[in-house]
Amino acid sequence: MTRINVQVDGASYSDDVEPRMLLVHYLRERLGKTGTVVGCDTSNCGACTVHLDGKSVKSCNVLAVQADGHEVTTIEGLAQDGELHPMQKAFHECHALQCGFCTPGMIMQSIDLLNENANPSEEEIRLGLEGNLCRCTGYHNIVKAVQSAAGGAQ
Amino acid sequence: MTATETVSTGSTSGTGSTTGRREIGSARTRKEDQRLITGRTKWTDNIVLPGMLHLAMVRSPFAHATITNVDTAEAKAAPNVVTVLTGADVTEEQGSLPNVWAITAEQKTPPHPSIAVDRVTFAGEIVAVVVARSAAEARDAAELVDVDYEELPAVLDLKEAAEDRVLVHPDLGTNKSAFWQLDSAAAGTGTSVDDEIAEARRDGIVLEREYRQQRLIPAFMEPRSFVCDPTGEQITLWSATQIPHIVKFFVSVVLAIPEHKVRVIAPDVGGGFGGKLQVNPEEFITVMAARRTGKPCKYTETRSESLMASHHGRDQWQRLTLAAKKDGTVTGIKVDLLTDLGSYVSLLGGGTPLLGAFMFIGIYKFAAYQFNCTPVFTNKTWTDAYRGAGRPEATFAIERLMDELAHEVGVDSLEIRERNWITHEEFPFTTVAGLEYDSGNYEAATAKAKEMFGYDELRAEQTRRREANDPVQLGIGVSTFTEMCGLAPSRILGQLNYGAGGWEHASVRMLPTGKVEVITGVSPHGQGHETAWSQIVADRLGVAFEDVEVLHGDTQVSHKGLDTYGSRSLAVGGQALVMATDRVIERAKPLVAHLLEASVDDIEFDSGRFAVRGTDRGLGIGEVAMAAFAAHNLPDGMEPGLDAEATYDPVGFSYPHGTHLCAVEIDTETGGVKLRKYTCVDDVGTIVNPLIVAGQVHGGVTQGIAQALWEEAVHDEAGTLVSASFVDYLVPTAADLISFDTGHTTSPATNHALGSKGVGEAGAIASTPAVVNAVVDALRPFGVSDVRMPCTPERIWKAIHDQAGGGGDPTEQDAMPHFDEADTADRTDGAGA
Repeated sequence: MTRINVQVDGASYSDDVEPRMLLVHYLRERLGKTGTVVGCDTSNCGACTVHLDGKSVKSCNVLAVQADGHEVTTIEGLAQDGELHPMQKAFHECHALQCGFCTPGMIMQSIDLLNENANPSEEEIRLGLEGNLCRCTGYHNIVKAVQSAAGGAQ
Repeated sequence: MTATETVSTGSTSGTGSTTGRREIGSARTRKEDQRLITGRTKWTDNIVLPGMLHLAMVRSPFAHATITNVDTAEAKAAPNVVTVLTGADVTEEQGSLPNVWAITAEQKTPPHPSIAVDRVTFAGEIVAVVVARSAAEARDAAELVDVDYEELPAVLDLKEAAEDRVLVHPDLGTNKSAFWQLDSAAAGTGTSVDDEIAEARRDGIVLEREYRQQRLIPAFMEPRSFVCDPTGEQITLWSATQIPHIVKFFVSVVLAIPEHKVRVIAPDVGGGFGGKLQVNPEEFITVMAARRTGKPCKYTETRSESLMASHHGRDQWQRLTLAAKKDGTVTGIKVDLLTDLGSYVSLLGGGTPLLGAFMFIGIYKFAAYQFNCTPVFTNKTWTDAYRGAGRPEATFAIERLMDELAHEVGVDSLEIRERNWITHEEFPFTTVAGLEYDSGNYEAATAKAKEMFGYDELRAEQTRRREANDPVQLGIGVSTFTEMCGLAPSRILGQLNYGAGGWEHASVRMLPTGKVEVITGVSPHGQGHETAWSQIVADRLGVAFEDVEVLHGDTQVSHKGLDTYGSRSLAVGGQALVMATDRVIERAKPLVAHLLEASVDDIEFDSGRFAVRGTDRGLGIGEVAMAAFAAHNLPDGMEPGLDAEATYDPVGFSYPHGTHLCAVEIDTETGGVKLRKYTCVDDVGTIVNPLIVAGQVHGGVTQGIAQALWEEAVHDEAGTLVSASFVDYLVPTAADLISFDTGHTTSPATNHALGSKGVGEAGAIASTPAVVNAVVDALRPFGVSDVRMPCTPERIWKAIHDQAGGGGDPTEQDAMPHFDEADTADRTDGAGA
């Protein structure tokens, strides 16, 4: 067991974890952050995407011990004082989700995408999201949501 | 009637009253979204119960083998392992997994154990189950279960299996499970197809083609997950399922637990596409483990387990003979199918291809039709419904053939269809397959699609590129489709020997504060029923959209229902809801008449208000609900309350249709395909929510494109699934796709009041032939007349360089996906970089 100290969604946590424990399992099983989900075993689907010190990571591809001393933001920490993040709003307005399983990861990745490039072209959005799989929407409205959020930010 | 849908955008989810506005047809943003975008969703895998145990499966690495010994001693001794179950431990209890659709009385249906007892028949079959205090410990211990196998010869190829040289189930004596035929001459719905073919051979055109529907995997994003709590009076099973009511029935019947002692809950469910229209071994195993240990048990599959052992879809060989006159008027079509069951007969089993039996004639008027279907066992994962279930296969065949015929006759692809389709004046039209199409307007949908697409301009560009020998050629693909939806009239299901009915149920609870709870028997997993059902109730009862709560998926709340599949929820469940709301109004009228001292015949209802005709006296529906609840002053004999329920059994199927047009660019030097433009005009009848309908079309079209270009379940020579992760099973990414142009025409369904036809499967049914037709169209100058799916760059390149081959010898091994550098560079997994 290894002791880690992590900031998650604005709160401090201190836990003993097995060195092999993945960050996504730590979030879900130890902290109850079930908004972050597991969709595959090969880091392809991106459903578990969170922010580590403000940058998107696939939390199935990070060990909990690697998050020691760092700050994690999950889908559950995005809304501030009951006010949705603009990307959450954009996903809702543009009908960018159906079953919603990929949505937490997709939103976290979309925020990261705009942080890197505030005014992306459609092609840049599509390339920026290609590590996140969605089976429901055909990505059509997800692309629109990111465009809408980018427009709103200007 | 044809009308263009206009989609308004922007949020309408304010808190103000919306009474009086028309909700049906409004692009409401969804109620469901709030929990989904904030991570407060209730997935089955989120459930944690006190003392809960976790399951891990030990699965066969062999496609066919005898189990000679299962040694669980070491696994049982591992840390925090509670028990290990083998097939021998549960032989009596586990029964056999169900098949609800024996397609013939003689169908061969082998026993299907949840845990294999003495033999495994596909790689991935469960042979033992470890129950431990944590999921990680269960998986660690699963590695310690020592199974001895004696490998047996496996048969993997569908055509080889049909030859019966190697048997999947030796006891059956054959790999053929059944034979099912529909013949228009025998049924009296048309002439003899053999006569029409003979006539066309003398003086006409006969096209003979063989098409392959490759094996696909539904690949819903939420892995299957089951939690069973055995404490209390009822056993409670949470399941990531599309079909909680059907699961409840079979948990009871198969495991011999009295039906009233079982409660099944489908909480938030992350996609299904038919893949969660299943009663799963893992589901029964979770229940058995919970009952044996007396503790809540959970099983959540890994993605590789999901791809390997959740049911697969499609997988057919189609041999087709089309007869036509010289002018391109089709006179008949004969269909011979070999369909791959995998190693067992699943829930719908050999019935899935029969959902396509009536659809190989598409939207056309043919004189003769014959459909022959032989479901065959192979040593592979068992197959069942995948988005469209039988109808995509049929649509693919006929729409590919119509393009071949157009080429043969030398006319445009759309023109050949116009010569053969049912015109809008001819509805209702009884087809040669014996179904009555109630409404439609193929001319209007096609004209609109053609204009939106810029068909003539793209054809002109195609001509220019061909003349210039451009290395990048343009292909234009057409698909004018219909499907049978709204499953299903119970009487017809009975005639087809299906084991259940096709009705649907809805209840409306009028709460004393004027709010409304709606209970539906369908079970959404992404379709947005909470929003659409609220819109229907808001319109019918004149209450605010926000004042309606839609409850579903819990058999204790929704006591009656047949769940969600086959584009049935709105077309059947929506109509049940309309009927239930009408009954609320009818129940209220005598009370209103009593309170206002008027005659019942003079009470009118409009936009949430009851009024005495010709007066200004009236009561709001909320006031009436409170009066009915208080029951202080009811007319003699009236029961308190306004609640009502209804069960609707459809009188006919519904027939959505549409015209899909696709343009692709093919780099003839590499074989790479790029989507250039995709336009579709769908007629799904009355649209309740255009935002949701467009989303369903986008997703369906994408899955159909993926079948055409990327996806295939590939096995190696030993029967191991090679494409058992998202590295190899190519679910498309955002970077593979383009934005779509969607439009609508509207011909309401005529057999029920709501007029909706269903939209869940339309895109997936229509788009696959549109894309393959576009690929073939681009390659016509090279003499190519077919490319096998998925149309990989390698197959296309080979087709260009080996015109007769049409993409290579059609064997299983040739189905291996290969990618040139340009193609892999576009993928997400870094494999190309």
